[in-house]
Amino acid sequence: MDWVNDVIQGILTGGLYALFACGLSLMFGVMKVVNLAHGDLAVVGGYVALGVIAITHVPVLWSFLIVVPIMAVLGYGLQRTLIQAALDRSVLTTLLVTFGLSVVIENALLQFVNADSHSLGVNNSIITASFSLGSQIQIAWLLLLILVVAVVLLLGLQYFLSASKYGRLIRAVADDKEAAQLSGVDYRHVFGIAAAIAVGSVGLAGIAQGMYSQFAPTTGTDTILLFAFAAVVIGGLGSLWGTLVGGVVLGVAQEIGSQINASDGFLAGYIVFLAVLILRPQGLVARGAQA
Amino acid sequence: MSSAQDGAPATSSQSGDTARAQDGAPVEGPLTKDTARPQDGTPLLEVRGLTVHHGQLRALDQVSLRVFPGEVYAIIGANGAGKSTLLRTIAGLHRATEGSVLFDGRDMTGVRPERRATQGIVMVPEGRRLFGSLTLEENLKVGATYAREGQWTIERVYELFGWMKDRRRQLTAQLSGGEQQSVAIGRALVANPRVLLLDELSLGLAPVVVQRIYAMLPQILATGLTVLLVEQDVSQALRVASHIQCLLEGRTTLEGRPADVTPEQVEAAYFGLASAPAGAAEGEALWIGSMMSSRGS
Amino acid sequence: MSVTTRTTARSVEKYRVTRSRRNVAWTGLGALVVVVVLALFPYIVYSGTTTIMVQAFIILTLASMWNLLAGYAGLVSVGQQAFLGLGAYFVLILAMHGTSPFAALPVAAIGCGVAAVPLWWLVSRLRSGYFAIATWVLATTVMLVIEKFPSLGSGTGAPLPGLAAISPTLLEADTYWIGLAVSVLALGAMYLLLRGRLGLVLTAIRDDEVAARSSGARVGLARMLVFVVAGIGCGAAGGVYIISQLAVQPSAAFNVQWTAEMAFAVIIGGLGTIEGPILGTIVYMVLQQTLASYNVWYLIILGVVAMAVAIFARRGLWGLVDEYLHLRLFPVGYWLWEPGSGGRRGLLRRRGGRPG
Repeated sequence: MDWVNDVIQGILTGGLYALFACGLSLMFGVMKVVNLAHGDLAVVGGYVALGVIAITHVPVLWSFLIVVPIMAVLGYGLQRTLIQAALDRSVLTTLLVTFGLSVVIENALLQFVNADSHSLGVNNSIITASFSLGSQIQIAWLLLLILVVAVVLLLGLQYFLSASKYGRLIRAVADDKEAAQLSGVDYRHVFGIAAAIAVGSVGLAGIAQGMYSQFAPTTGTDTILLFAFAAVVIGGLGSLWGTLVGGVVLGVAQEIGSQINASDGFLAGYIVFLAVLILRPQGLVARGAQA
Repeated sequence: MSSAQDGAPATSSQSGDTARAQDGAPVEGPLTKDTARPQDGTPLLEVRGLTVHHGQLRALDQVSLRVFPGEVYAIIGANGAGKSTLLRTIAGLHRATEGSVLFDGRDMTGVRPERRATQGIVMVPEGRRLFGSLTLEENLKVGATYAREGQWTIERVYELFGWMKDRRRQLTAQLSGGEQQSVAIGRALVANPRVLLLDELSLGLAPVVVQRIYAMLPQILATGLTVLLVEQDVSQALRVASHIQCLLEGRTTLEGRPADVTPEQVEAAYFGLASAPAGAAEGEALWIGSMMSSRGS
Repeated sequence: MSVTTRTTARSVEKYRVTRSRRNVAWTGLGALVVVVVLALFPYIVYSGTTTIMVQAFIILTLASMWNLLAGYAGLVSVGQQAFLGLGAYFVLILAMHGTSPFAALPVAAIGCGVAAVPLWWLVSRLRSGYFAIATWVLATTVMLVIEKFPSLGSGTGAPLPGLAAISPTLLEADTYWIGLAVSVLALGAMYLLLRGRLGLVLTAIRDDEVAARSSGARVGLARMLVFVVAGIGCGAAGGVYIISQLAVQPSAAFNVQWTAEMAFAVIIGGLGTIEGPILGTIVYMVLQQTLASYNVWYLIILGVVAMAVAIFARRGLWGLVDEYLHLRLFPVGYWLWEPGSGGRRGLLRRRGGRPG
């Protein structure tokens, strides 16, 4: 029954990956921006959480209440300045600018913090423990919590997009921003809102990463960005739930890979990613076929 | 033959439809083809010496026009004449190289499209451009998000287009071309514009459908709107407009009231012929007329 | 009344089309002089300088290739380090079997070109953002695969055999010369490619892909050619890299920082211009050398400047020079001269070499 445990572990890590991927999917779906600095922004979220906890002594599990709004404001600011300016030029420019941002963030972190890994220690012993299902399946409470948070976030986003005024505006602007302008909508502001949500959620992802594992200045590009993108591509662009599916598939692939050979977990994940990219670029869940 | 030259109302065999309010009294803001344009007073919308480039191509060359409240002003011309560019520049989607757009006497240069919309210049773009992943009602709701005060509400739009309410939860991508065009108009109406810009309503639609849509115009105008439209179907334009202007290769070649221009003059202006045939015989006029009405459907 | 349309009178005088503005002969001569002078460096400068120059040659080669990809073919690759690493490892493998690394370098470069073909097949259908990420994943995957071979040193890397017999001074000079040769060839290849038919096709694609396709341009083929050439160039740079380091480590050879360096150099110098990579490499080296003691500051500053340039001065530093001085050292476009004008302002329309 080993493989069942693998699948379950994969599903659990899938929750973390879905958290990573959520913001990336949103930014691409709405603004057609591939944010190469996405992973680094998650790491920034982790560092912000460290700072907030150090200053306010708020428990780790509640730190998101402060960190997420900070990240959301950062996201809005980045979008309205840097990313919008790049968008106005061309797609090429947005790639270049977000890549530049990624390098600047990483090296600034290296310069101003240090190269060490940090993690957000979770004191609550219940969270760090795990429980057993049957004799062979271990479920870590923390991972389960992260999965639940991911699902709740996706549900919340879906509701926001379908039922609220700004959700509607975001969808409209994503469909046709010029037509939205003709209806009096300042699409730059709506883009900003979308970016705020995206970066806020990626801050949450950074906290999750810090609780579950650890982060260093280069973690953003070493793992997070590629995992996030893998989850988005596998799950399918344009589908929020697709990011959950993609995250789970990635997690399971990695788990099975590491069972075959201890150090091959990541490699297995990348191979699955490449396979989907080549064979079915629209992803496993998506409705459209845009690549 | 601009109407500014002759002040007297032209006699016309056609009796225009005088707009009437709900209680039957005539509404201000005439839409008849009989009425003269005011000699003084500010035009609601004015374009002065507009020159617009697409890269190195000059799409509009020193185009001017004045639209007075309550008018139905039609811009006609062949493909590539610059009609849509003109409308898009008025809406703020293009920047002019030279010239200016004035709304209520105020210069709109540099005003972003969304600001123009909230001030009362709302365009129904060419090709409908509905939000495909939104339902019919959601499209209207987006239009109403930053709407001005006014008579037009989503409910009112449902009344105007009787079929809409039942299908309001349908995705607009599933509607027919004519239905989409109606939704696009509705989306613009709920913003309560003062000037409604209609870009090529008839594009891709069957003539019957086009006629039905244009038949809504009086009801729209009755609420105090002014309409500036671009139309490839010349006879359709001549039927609804109180004033027309013809563009050719970015320049104005004709301007006047439908009643004051002959089909030959329109044809000459449309195609850029060197001179209009003097006094067409009845048979010829009919022939030209039918040739023009078959174009654009 | 109708208004007649004015017809434009056609000019009867002749228009002239020239390839350049008279200065190419001087540039060619100047380039030759520069190369000769550079070649003499090992005889006239300190060894520290030649080491720095080798680094500059590597960056220059990489920048030329990245410029071809992003500036002309519209392919933003964030994974060229895959070829740099592959080039280094190919040289390592050949050296391990007894070949001199210097002789192995051209073979390794060709090998990278060959490897580029299946890799292109994997990513060719992807557009912009997807393409970028895919190249990054590819590079990471290649690294992970290489790390699985204990014969190549796995994760810790391996030293480069075959150079122990050469005296240090001569080795330094040889490394310098091969670095110079590779970068001159890279620049030369870039210039000749863009000057010829491929350059026209690429510009056409950049301006309007659909129109280019319907005019018969083999868009896919052109892009693949660029990708393969870039693979060869980066592979050659990888060969120079391992020779200059005398060892190779996967995490260093396949590091995405290489992309950062080549991309920033190109963006600042001038994306989509031939002179850009040269200027950008100079800027990069100057910054790196002056800020070397401040750890990673030079990367931060480079990154910020690159972002600013990408947004505000699309064609980089060289673009500014070109705009104000109308100077092209390596002309690849055409100049159309209005009749009756011979002077500098005579240009009617300039085509070629403009980034999209």
